[in-house]
Amino acid sequence: MEGMIRSELFANAMLGGTTVAVVAAVVGYFLVLRALAFASEALTDISFAGATGAALIGVNPLAGMVVLGLGAVLCLGQFSERMRGRDIEIGIVLSFAMGLGVLFLNLYAHSSASHAAAGVGVLFGSLMSVSVEDILITLALGALVIACLVVIGRPLLFASVDPTVAEVRGVPLRGLGVIFLALLAIATAISVLMIGILLAVSLLLAPAASAVNFGRRPFATIALAATFGVAIVWLGVTLEFFGPWHHVPVGFYISFFSSFLYLISLVWKRLISGSEVRQPAHADREVSHHSHG
Amino acid sequence: MDSSRNAVELRDVTIRLGRTTVQAGMDAEIGEGEFVAVLGPNGAGKSTLLKALLGLLRPAEGSIGVFGRSPKLGNRQIGYVPQFHSLESAMVLRSRDIVGFGLDGHRWGPGLGGKKRRERIDRALDEVDVLHLAEVPFGRLSGGERQRMILAQALLSEPSLLLLDEPLASLDIHHAQDIVSLVNRTCRGRGVTVLLVAHDVNPLLPFVDRIMYLANQRCRVGKPEEVITTDSLSALYGSRVEVVRSLGRLFVIGAEI
Amino acid sequence: MIDLLRYPFMQHALLAGSLTALGATLVGFFLINRGMTFACHALPNIGFAGAAGAVLLGFEPVLGLFAFILIAALVFAFLGGEHRERDIGIGVVMSLALGLGVFFLASYSGYAQRVYAILFGSILGISAKQVLASAILTLITLAAMTILFRPLLFYTVDPEQAAARGLPIAFLNVVFMVLVAVTVTTSVQVTGALLVFALMVAPPAIAMRLSRRPGAIVALALVLGQIIVIMSILMAGMSASWPVSFFVAALSFLGYAGLRTVQALGSTFGREGRTWKA
Repeated sequence: MEGMIRSELFANAMLGGTTVAVVAAVVGYFLVLRALAFASEALTDISFAGATGAALIGVNPLAGMVVLGLGAVLCLGQFSERMRGRDIEIGIVLSFAMGLGVLFLNLYAHSSASHAAAGVGVLFGSLMSVSVEDILITLALGALVIACLVVIGRPLLFASVDPTVAEVRGVPLRGLGVIFLALLAIATAISVLMIGILLAVSLLLAPAASAVNFGRRPFATIALAATFGVAIVWLGVTLEFFGPWHHVPVGFYISFFSSFLYLISLVWKRLISGSEVRQPAHADREVSHHSHG
Repeated sequence: MDSSRNAVELRDVTIRLGRTTVQAGMDAEIGEGEFVAVLGPNGAGKSTLLKALLGLLRPAEGSIGVFGRSPKLGNRQIGYVPQFHSLESAMVLRSRDIVGFGLDGHRWGPGLGGKKRRERIDRALDEVDVLHLAEVPFGRLSGGERQRMILAQALLSEPSLLLLDEPLASLDIHHAQDIVSLVNRTCRGRGVTVLLVAHDVNPLLPFVDRIMYLANQRCRVGKPEEVITTDSLSALYGSRVEVVRSLGRLFVIGAEI
Repeated sequence: MIDLLRYPFMQHALLAGSLTALGATLVGFFLINRGMTFACHALPNIGFAGAAGAVLLGFEPVLGLFAFILIAALVFAFLGGEHRERDIGIGVVMSLALGLGVFFLASYSGYAQRVYAILFGSILGISAKQVLASAILTLITLAAMTILFRPLLFYTVDPEQAAARGLPIAFLNVVFMVLVAVTVTTSVQVTGALLVFALMVAPPAIAMRLSRRPGAIVALALVLGQIIVIMSILMAGMSASWPVSFFVAALSFLGYAGLRTVQALGSTFGREGRTWKA
């Protein structure tokens, strides 16, 4: 009996984890290109406030995260194009959300012993004990995010990489920016559900950032990021279930392996760019040995 | 002139940036297929004019016509080669991908690749002599190579009007001439109207039909030998400016170029 | 509220918090101007890993906290690179550190309380000895910052000129980062690792929107920091279980957002805002 329950938990964890890994990788690719690493941390903390606040009033934490995340995006969305380098503003919002989360967590944990344990779940995620209901919601939300990105992916990439020309071509920069942030909020919510607020960012950031360092073609890079993410999650879940340390939240494995992967990708990037015999990329005077055929 | 034949028409246009009036009472017509150089000192409104033509900003007064219609973002008839400011994230994609945006980057959905699309891009790259760099990450290209890529990107949508914002700014004289003759070659054959913003008229002299000179909130349009003279520019600037011809080149002295 | 002030724990908390805030806001001012505010997120988290590890090994968490923060701070001092890549790197390092901290935390079932205290702050449980330590550290920080203020400001605003004038750049850098490590460590005890940013960055950020002169900004930042910390501790005390860090974050947010709103309204009616840009 215990074996059956464990295998069901394992299956649930794998299913939920895989979904989140894929969604995080795809969203993470654009996150890396749009330089929103810091903003995604802010959304993680907003999710924190959302989850703990929801738990405090007896609502499903996932719902709280999605609602608060989307709400924050809509309020701050008008600044989406100017988010690069807005470290102070983002940091202050992030701190406020974190402060709210800390408050709610405190109040929630004090209200009962079981609540205290659940509070830990928010910090470290509940991948190992996630309910079937939440998995289905995660799948649905994940599918929604991916579907949206399939539709807007091309103009979003254009806008992220070459906004001047994209704007001239009629691509709605601000609208796409807001939509992307909304998708990021949803992706963050489901990641936080699985891995907890402390470590959700590692799944959103590191696999995609590593893939970008390895690859070149957009679609291939996204596929690579998803592969990395899924592999890391599978490894983590397996180690969690069958490895020596059962009390360690799976988030640890994910952050550990994804950081390691990122390091390798950085080394790879250095090696590649070191061995290429090309002009340094300066918009400077060209040396005359360049021949144009 | 029949107005629908004009690529660009400016009627009594005043352009303001914030509280500064950059240009006032502009009147000019650019015919289809013309190659026009837009010159003038910094801040005279050259880039701003291009932005107004693209629909990125509206004139405070007057009317602008592009092929008979008001400027509007997303006008497929205009190709734009912006002054390239390196966006960090552009560096990781292949040049081919960056150029490909010019074809269909604005369309929804993932888009099918396909041989035809690839061939179209290859042809555009070949025309500007950078086909051999298609697979190279954009960030590894030199300034001149990037310029050609962005030109290919703009030409891919087969525009009728090509706007280039200071494409020669970071190139030495040799490569500046290369780019200008390239623009001339690709556009003349197709009858594409060209407005090219530059600081130095000399690489452009062999190719341009007319000059549009912006300075001191005013503009003057005409043939190079009419516009770039001591009298003409002094009148424009409202102060003493001298045009000197030396070593087969024109130098404007006394004005902030 | 007067009753509250009779309790030693409140007096300790107010004293330690006030002292810590002095050093923290002063250092925070320079962090903003050097574009290093990310350090206020990354360093505490890295410290968290150190603290958790220290507990595991049987040491005082503060030692592990400080050791990791110091090493990381010195590494940050010499990080260059473009913003985007740097942010990604910082994000990854932060997650790794948090992951390690989580690992240590989970591996040691007892005394988890102490580690939670690192995450969420423990100023209300501070002892007289720790108040003394805060006082000494603050004094050292203030003294050092006073001596270094002008050269550091010069270097922050115009690094090339400063180097050309022969300022000892590497020395300045190292000393500054040591002070950063000290203030971050003491701030962690007030607000917890998760909210150091609010204490160190918000008061100077608000001050920078109110004035253009460095002297005035620093004075304003110090005062604002004091107000925020003292109010937070008092309010936390009065509420009986609401954490100090929440109040610090909330008051910072209200202060900053409020000021921005007022200034935005002011400029739509034609007055120019006065800000100091680095």
